[in-house]
Amino acid sequence: MIPRHLIFAGVVMLIAVFSLGIYAGRMRGRVTHVETRTDARPVAPPAAGPTESVTLYVAYDDPGILRVQRADVALPSARQQRAEEVLRALLEIYLAKNSPHPLAPGSDLRAVYLVTPGIVVIDVNAAFANGHRSGILEEELTVASMIQTLTANIPDILQVKILVEGRDRETLAGHADLSDFYDAGAVSQLASQLQ
Amino acid sequence: MFFSRQSAFRSARPHRKFTVQILPFLLLLLILPAGSADEKRIAIYGATTNYTLPVIDRDGHENVGLLEIIEPLGRVNSRTDGQHWKIRYNNVEADFTNGKTRAKIHGKDFELSSPFLLEGGRGLVPIPSLSGILPRIIDTPVSLNETSRRLFIGNVATHFTAQLNRTNPERLVMNFTAPVNPTIATEPGRLRMVFHREPLVAPSSPTLTFEDKTIPSATYSENNGTAEIDVTSSAPLMASFSNEGHTITITAASQTPAAPAGALQPPSPTPPATPTAGATAPPTPPPVPRHFFAVLDASHGGDDTGVVLTPVLLERDVTLALTRRLRQELESRGISTLLLRDTDGGLTLDQRAVFTNTAHPVIYIALHAASDGRGVRVYTALLPFGGENNGPFIAWDTAQERFLSVSQLAAQGVAAELQKRQIQVRTLAAPLRPLNNVTAAAIAVEVAPPTSDVKDLSLAAYQQNVVSALANGIVSVRDRLGVAR
Repeated sequence: MIPRHLIFAGVVMLIAVFSLGIYAGRMRGRVTHVETRTDARPVAPPAAGPTESVTLYVAYDDPGILRVQRADVALPSARQQRAEEVLRALLEIYLAKNSPHPLAPGSDLRAVYLVTPGIVVIDVNAAFANGHRSGILEEELTVASMIQTLTANIPDILQVKILVEGRDRETLAGHADLSDFYDAGAVSQLASQLQ
Repeated sequence: MFFSRQSAFRSARPHRKFTVQILPFLLLLLILPAGSADEKRIAIYGATTNYTLPVIDRDGHENVGLLEIIEPLGRVNSRTDGQHWKIRYNNVEADFTNGKTRAKIHGKDFELSSPFLLEGGRGLVPIPSLSGILPRIIDTPVSLNETSRRLFIGNVATHFTAQLNRTNPERLVMNFTAPVNPTIATEPGRLRMVFHREPLVAPSSPTLTFEDKTIPSATYSENNGTAEIDVTSSAPLMASFSNEGHTITITAASQTPAAPAGALQPPSPTPPATPTAGATAPPTPPPVPRHFFAVLDASHGGDDTGVVLTPVLLERDVTLALTRRLRQELESRGISTLLLRDTDGGLTLDQRAVFTNTAHPVIYIALHAASDGRGVRVYTALLPFGGENNGPFIAWDTAQERFLSVSQLAAQGVAAELQKRQIQVRTLAAPLRPLNNVTAAAIAVEVAPPTSDVKDLSLAAYQQNVVSALANGIVSVRDRLGVAR
């Protein structure tokens, strides 16, 4: 015969398991709901303030090159926000009608982090990567234009890492490697090849 | 094949009956090949079919059934009339008499080398007389090799050439005028290729010498209805087929010294110097066999479709087709290849790099396809921010660093050949794995359509033109790939 205290302990554990299961299910539903809402957010408005002239390396699918363009962008004084605004200016061109290098609708920059001196982390949203056209050159143009635009306007950048929704991802859309830190110097040489 | 339990039960009786009926035939099939190994046979090679027949020895003479020889060639019938056996092929009739050497073919007398035999309704003629009988009946010239019992009807012979390429390892490239599929057996010191069904004929000299220590010679011989080529060697040999069966490449699995930490192994045109007495010999790293010059990688595969070029044209399928074509082109130029993916299955990027580095090739070539742009783009690795090598251990992410110059050399060679064919080409660096993980020259080739219509990417002529240029490009820099590290 099973001792009474063991039966009691078993019942308590079963109740605890069921309760945790229900709680976990509810939490998962809430997270999904929050993520959906995050994806639907509009592109953040540009910073207000005095404008500055910045250098953008804009990708052109036909004929597969980068072109240097100047643009006047309202830039805050903080280095990290400046980096974000420069990249947003680039994305604005890609998301505009008649874009020379169209990105998927909803593509956005989540944040740019200046981690330690010389290391920058660019975090893009899921729509950016999931909707990106697949192909070595198409993906390479996106990556090179973002990194080169960043290094052209923010001094002393040595390494750049690209995350998607704050997480590591193997490739952008099947080709361009996102698993490693980009060497800013090597990308600068690539940008020269692509011009 | 799977059956449901119910249907299996219902059909149990018929199955048993079927098994009882089929069992003797199955046993016969098992016994026949065992008995046929030593059986005397004659091989007949015709324009449309090749076949062998058993030889019947009587009173020291070798005979064969005449009806069996002629039957596969056209409409034929035979009849027995007492001691006479008559055969008709088209409008030609031949009359043979049991126990007699004299026969009448198309109204004319013909003398057999030994008496005609009539056994159980079968007409047996002596083999040496076939070269006289058959042209008279089937009106086609024949060639008979009596000693090896091989009969060629019409101009059906398959010729071959053998050329030794003094690469590292050495390659004996044998080109045949028709596709061949011999049985290949290897044993210490030699590789045997037995041609059971191919009308292979001897080269000008039955023994081919190559003045090479690893593969010194190859010998052609014929026996009992088969042809055989024996390749002698001081090292283990491997044979690979290419060019749709027209080419057999025999490679010596040479034991070349490994460079440190997977470095590229250049071909050694001269043998290493023998250490002199008293001299301090440098430590010799363990030998690493290298079997393949090029590793070909059809990118994507499995669930990873790559670019959806059209709703029915996927990058993974185009890359596989391109890779298979490239293999043929390279092997027909004497370059041995290893395909990482020859099916629809997928590999991870790390697996592709590991398999490549394990094979120790001279060059790794990844094939990609694109819908945007025109022509071909050739990429070398854009290395990520440097990982640090630790003694003999190379950082995985920047393993390509030491080979980047040879990779760029290969890319330039390939681009030059593409330009010669008026194919638009660009050479670029790209952050494309596994190029940066490969410890050999490594390039990726992205093929875009020749016109604005992406469907043209699957045109056989375009694909062939591109891969042919790629192969020429690799050949043009082959020697420099091994030394220009």
